Amino acid sequence: MTTRKLVPLIFERSTPGRRGYRLPDLDVPEVPVTDLIPEEFLRDEAPALPEVSELEVVRHYTQLSRLNHGVDVGFYPLGSCTMKYNPRVHEDVTSLPGLASIHPYQPEETVQGALELMYNLGQYLAVISGLDVTTLQPAAGAHGELTGLMVIKAYHSQRGEGHRKEMIIPDSAHGTNPASCAMVGYKVVEVPSNDRGGVDVEALRGLVGPNTAGLMLTNPNTLGLFDENICEIAKIVHDAGGLLYYDGANANAIMGIARPGDMGFDVVHFNLHKTFSTPHGGGGPGAGPIVVREELAQFLPGPIVEKKGDQYVFVTPENSIGRVRSFYGNFLVYAKAYAYIRSHGPRGLRQVSETAVLHANYMMNKLKDVYHLPYDRTCMHEFVLSGVWQKEQGARTLDIAKRLLDYGYHAPTVYFPMVVDEAIMIEPTETEPKSTLDEFIDVMRRIAEEAKEDPKLLLEAPHNTPIKRLDESRAARHPVLRWEKA
Amino acid sequence: MRYLPLTQEEQQEMLQSLGIDRVEDLFTAIPKEMRLDADLDLPAPLSEAELVRHFSELAEKNNDLKSSVSFLGAGSYDHLVPSMIKHIAGRGEFLTAYTPYQPEITQGVLQSIFEYQTLICELTGMEASNASMYDGASALAEAALMACAATRRELVVLPSSLHPEWQDVVKLYLKSQDVSIAYLPYHEKTGVVDAKAFDGIPWSEAACVVVQQPNFFGLLENVASFKKVAKDNGALLVMAVDPISLSLLKSPGELGADIVVGDGQSLGNAMGFGGPSLGFLATSGTKLIRRMPGRVVGETVDTDGTRGYVLTLQTREQHIRREKATSNICSNQALNALIAAIYLSVMGKEGFKDVGYQCLQKANYMKERLIQVDGLSSPFSAPTFREFVIKGAVDWEEVNMRLAEHGFVGGLPLARFGLPELVLFSVTEARTKEEIDSFVNLLRGLIS
Amino acid sequence: MSEQLRFTKEHEWLLVKGNIIRVGISDYAQNELGDIVFVDLPSVGDQVEEGEGIAALESVKAVSDVYSPVSGEIVAVNEALEDSPELVNESPLDAGWIVEIEVEGVAQTGDLMNKQEYEAFVKGV
Repeated sequence: MTTRKLVPLIFERSTPGRRGYRLPDLDVPEVPVTDLIPEEFLRDEAPALPEVSELEVVRHYTQLSRLNHGVDVGFYPLGSCTMKYNPRVHEDVTSLPGLASIHPYQPEETVQGALELMYNLGQYLAVISGLDVTTLQPAAGAHGELTGLMVIKAYHSQRGEGHRKEMIIPDSAHGTNPASCAMVGYKVVEVPSNDRGGVDVEALRGLVGPNTAGLMLTNPNTLGLFDENICEIAKIVHDAGGLLYYDGANANAIMGIARPGDMGFDVVHFNLHKTFSTPHGGGGPGAGPIVVREELAQFLPGPIVEKKGDQYVFVTPENSIGRVRSFYGNFLVYAKAYAYIRSHGPRGLRQVSETAVLHANYMMNKLKDVYHLPYDRTCMHEFVLSGVWQKEQGARTLDIAKRLLDYGYHAPTVYFPMVVDEAIMIEPTETEPKSTLDEFIDVMRRIAEEAKEDPKLLLEAPHNTPIKRLDESRAARHPVLRWEKA
Repeated sequence: MRYLPLTQEEQQEMLQSLGIDRVEDLFTAIPKEMRLDADLDLPAPLSEAELVRHFSELAEKNNDLKSSVSFLGAGSYDHLVPSMIKHIAGRGEFLTAYTPYQPEITQGVLQSIFEYQTLICELTGMEASNASMYDGASALAEAALMACAATRRELVVLPSSLHPEWQDVVKLYLKSQDVSIAYLPYHEKTGVVDAKAFDGIPWSEAACVVVQQPNFFGLLENVASFKKVAKDNGALLVMAVDPISLSLLKSPGELGADIVVGDGQSLGNAMGFGGPSLGFLATSGTKLIRRMPGRVVGETVDTDGTRGYVLTLQTREQHIRREKATSNICSNQALNALIAAIYLSVMGKEGFKDVGYQCLQKANYMKERLIQVDGLSSPFSAPTFREFVIKGAVDWEEVNMRLAEHGFVGGLPLARFGLPELVLFSVTEARTKEEIDSFVNLLRGLIS
Repeated sequence: MSEQLRFTKEHEWLLVKGNIIRVGISDYAQNELGDIVFVDLPSVGDQVEEGEGIAALESVKAVSDVYSPVSGEIVAVNEALEDSPELVNESPLDAGWIVEIEVEGVAQTGDLMNKQEYEAFVKGV
């Protein structure tokens, strides 16, 4: 093991006695601490935080940032994650003290601007989804799923049908779908995909019954394909007494073009950090508001904002399930989604989806002769290739992904959805210029050549990154989850 | 359209390469009757300048706490935030990255999370922390579920001195999995749970007992008694802590906590009307670490032997274990965790201690001054840290509106939680003696 | 030693010592799973039914359950796997054993494959 360190840990830069920030001098009369807090409550030694100057901290995190890829750095075709441009003006407007420095418990009269924003955003999301009432409380997509399922459960319970505990999920679904089901005590019933990549309608017919709570569906689905049978699917589930849940992970394909509510869905969550361009921040914060049909609104978590005369007020729905987090959700995140919608307007949003879909089809069409395309039909905003041809030549999808890093790109989503062997899921998004798409197409084609001619080049990739392939087995076998002083 | 670089010519080229005439031809998979034939009913687009003006107008309708003096807390705190944080955390390489799925080009985020995990362990005295949760309340709910899974028991014991909103969140998460809750009342004189409250709880069924330190009223609970009852009955001790208080208070690790959670807003994050913040969750021991929800970063080496960081213990998570995962959480609050890490680093060992010390001194000063006001008293006797409750037969909502006219944001009237006459004040290091004195004088005038 | 082992179609092996049965996974199985990074073991004293999951073998990005080939009581678990899960990869038929189950009466393994039969079976997979 060599000792070359990319960037030392902040703890390794520490020098005893050094300080990075100074508070104003204490201006109230001091009382001995032990007069206020009994000694047995106090710690003997302060937490061993780093002792570094402000410049050292600035430099440390600046150096770290330079080891990181982001949309600002380069193309990020990570399927299902919608890595589009995050407008910087959104950072500015949500930093205004009138939004960033307000307290969740201030009197409502003193935060009318915030409530107005929440109210209008809820309305906009209702319009975009074709449904009625919104809660902004869920902090992420999976949190929205959980909230939506809790609402569905409350609906069935109120109707005396609490025994409906089976949720049907396609085999191509995101892992959060079954995991969210488990968190509300639902049993997952998997429905297979048909040969066009959609839900197998006949199989679905055989799966619904008196215990069906509903169906969770992403449409377009994780293969990037729109399920043409959605009307029939909705009818089958509704006729069986179940509700339809729309996983909005792929809503970037349909804004202003079709609405989940019109497709028959009863509950929708949006990933505002995907479709509505709030930055992902290296894994969060996101926001996962849900929109429901009128008759489900009574169950939403509270409070939600209503307009009474010219005042905005918080109200808790009549049969609210309760709360899924404190306060009102990730306010400064969804305020950026509000800005995004206001910047685009109705036609702009439609153009976003049209362009995203055009870009994906353009790219798919230019790659399908060199990579296997398991479902060869018009895709929506993303498409799934398979690396099976390259696997035969000795390089797997993982190796293709790693080789892409050498060319300065983030890799697509790989090995998902699981219904495709050696899956490579590509989502170009609408904000990339055509030149970037063309360059990426060229590189993908070049890598297909490399796989044929010199697969070792892929197997040992990446070659040009700050660090090479990491030993994940070692990390998991003997977990080192924190730094310890040597 | 802004942000869409595609030119007419390029669009034509793309359509041609696909052998179609119009973009609409790409949407034929969507049944015709479902395709919208009218524009969405949304406002017309705004230019950047118009958007900025619109947001300024919205913001002006709010009384912000930069231009007022606030004594509100109860889960969201007005602490001093070093200026450099927004510049560093706002760098595009952090801001516009996704979850670090390709470690070779995301060491920046991975290492910063590893540092965050270490910092949380230092504060809490625990062995391992995850990479963050949505907020403190949902982290507590997840901790309670984790305790149920670890002990195979289905009862969670909650103190009624826990933040009411956190109680609501825990209740909903637990009810969804048919886990029962037993409540420990707080003593009406001390404001904290005393050991007598433990009587009558079916402890042999308890997965865990929860204690919030300081509790919702800002009071210090006797954690040792919670630990004893947990230990005697094979239940876990779950602590919900205020991270700033850990600059002075004994660490949960020293107190024998099994799982520790809290909300990290106060670590350099904006109040932002309550979000985004972050929840932290830390634990000790291999068995519990393997049951943690959420992402975790671990250290390893690359093929050259160079130290690096990866997401690890992933088989706990939803993308692999699906319905058997320890939680459904996927996106977390990585950027807020980064902010917390930068905050703790720049504050450093001494600076962080100062923050806690000044909160304690200033809060105590204000508490002493308020109880000298005629008609006001301190209803609870337990020691306090940064927050405290004052009692007075006053219409606090009305008083707060009057205070607002003078640029002050008063305490939180607890009538909204069924506790009339009580109001909860928070005093951070950001307040000055002059602000406190002016506030007390103004309040005295308003209620006399 | 491996001559005494009996194999199941689920790629597990059994070693019968009176009414105690030691269980592990085959070399073929460990190879398919890749690097084992964690073994989730049951507790000694657990009652198990034939076909029930008794342990989980985790690689970096997958989890595979080990199913009990018999009904009985767990009387021993291989504690060495807690710190060294790699033993399953390095020595699947010996040091990488997983659990021991005590059955009532004499264990029936007649319908299981011996080493040669199993090797032929794997070739056909």
